[in-house]
Amino acid sequence: MIADLVIAVVFIGYAISVLMGFGTILTWVERKQAAVMSDRIGANRAYIRIPFTQVKLVWWGLFHGMADGLKMLLKEDFKPRTYDWYAYAVAPWVVFTPVLLVFAVIPFGGTITPARLWEPLAAVFGDKSWPMQIAPLDAGILIVFAFSGLTIIGAMLAGWSSSNKFSLLGALRAGSQMISYELVLGLTVLGLILVYGTVDLDAMVRHQSGTVLGFLPAWGIVYQPFAATLFLAAAIAENKRIPFDLPEAESELIAGYFTEYSAMKMGLFMFAEFIEIAIIGALFTTLFLGGYNLPFMSDAGFAFPGGATVAMPHGAVVVTQLATFLLKVFVVCSFQILIRWTLPRFRYDQVLTFAWKFMFPLALANLVVTALVVWWVGA
Amino acid sequence: MSRRPHVRKRYWNEPEMGLWEKAYLPEILRGLFITGGVFLRNMAKWMTGRKGALTTYYPEETRPDYAPANRGKHVLTRRPDGSPQCIACNMCATVCPAKVIEIEAGFDPADAAHPKFPVRFEIDYSRCVFCGLCVEACPEDAIRMAKEVPDLPAADRWTMWLGREELLAWQPQSDVAKPYPPAPKAPQGDRP
Repeated sequence: MIADLVIAVVFIGYAISVLMGFGTILTWVERKQAAVMSDRIGANRAYIRIPFTQVKLVWWGLFHGMADGLKMLLKEDFKPRTYDWYAYAVAPWVVFTPVLLVFAVIPFGGTITPARLWEPLAAVFGDKSWPMQIAPLDAGILIVFAFSGLTIIGAMLAGWSSSNKFSLLGALRAGSQMISYELVLGLTVLGLILVYGTVDLDAMVRHQSGTVLGFLPAWGIVYQPFAATLFLAAAIAENKRIPFDLPEAESELIAGYFTEYSAMKMGLFMFAEFIEIAIIGALFTTLFLGGYNLPFMSDAGFAFPGGATVAMPHGAVVVTQLATFLLKVFVVCSFQILIRWTLPRFRYDQVLTFAWKFMFPLALANLVVTALVVWWVGA
Repeated sequence: MSRRPHVRKRYWNEPEMGLWEKAYLPEILRGLFITGGVFLRNMAKWMTGRKGALTTYYPEETRPDYAPANRGKHVLTRRPDGSPQCIACNMCATVCPAKVIEIEAGFDPADAAHPKFPVRFEIDYSRCVFCGLCVEACPEDAIRMAKEVPDLPAADRWTMWLGREELLAWQPQSDVAKPYPPAPKAPQGDRP
């Protein structure tokens, strides 16, 4: 009992620090990557001076994130005269919390057996082992969709309760866009569920540690390359980032549904957006990129296609899996930022046309073909 | 009043999208390859210790084509004995379109050639438009403009007033038209 509690607390602490870390680092990565992509240097003037010396630590502009956070905390918390003050105050949290909750079902490592990491731990933990996942639920992917659907409510609340026409328009756009793309997102994942025969995310990752055709790692992106593309596009649309950032198109709607928000309330919206980049990265990694495993790797070690196997000690496996997961998530995040700084924004009618007349039929077709193939192979 | 449906004007050079462009995905991939390529190329430059950007680190670095005739901060020149060359004639203050120069004249009976001198000479840089008319108006070549831009961001407007001593002490390195008599002992205004 105590052991379960300790493990849960450690996992939750790890998950929250990873998400917050990604949220903070991604603001920096976004600035710097955008700068390097366009032959610029990027933000690099914020510094920390070591007291009593003239040594100024710049560290490639890493402290700009701290400066931003400080600015948002110290700014005036503007309160509009709105009729629904409670909804106005609660909306940023309704956007922010589900984004954090989604991570609960995402496995960020294989199983961990504390007693095999370090002998004395056996006194507390026995020889039990835990999957490295906050909530090892069978319903995995369904929970993800249930929680990520909640952020729509937050956006709608924010737009509705700000009593501002721009906010309302932004919220309407956010609502219709997110509902449309949620459908595509679900349909693309259905194909994967057919292939793996489960909705449990950890079981999905285990399925991906084998090989297909003898040499390719059995990743989701190999089975469903089409669905992977659609999933990424729909997920970016779900996150309301360029090229799908119509709800907050600044040239038309000032800042969309969070026009009336200032200081840290606005910061929460921004932070939720950046954490959602990491969440999309984690989901994409888990569903399509083999999760926390390196190619040909499982909890026992490596099993290369030639038949050679390399056994690994438990500690090395755990560390490799944690690091691999973070690295894969970071690469996917970086790719999303590349997309964000490359593509121009859609027109609003194009966004919905793209969802309903292009991606939705394609996702359906992908699902039908997958079902036929699975049926053919199964029969 | 006829209500015909709006017909968009067709231009003679309107770009036509072929099937390849309409498919959207290939063109997106091409764009991503371009930007990703630029990113990797610049990143490789940074990694190997070269500069992977076109940006100039402005105050620390200046571009080679930085205009030598740029009108930057004002400099009060001095006579060989170190006293300001200004005779407090108020010509610059009169011509100044922004009315930012304030001069208070003093009287020095010991110097028969230039009995008038400025006790106060102040420029309000929060309003200065850097037009250079004061330089042209000066009969004594007492005020000049160096090409450096004054490094004067300040939290309140009162610290953006510069007085006589600051204007005399700026000692611009770039102005070689007239040698300044006392060589500066310690270079001032250097950035750490």
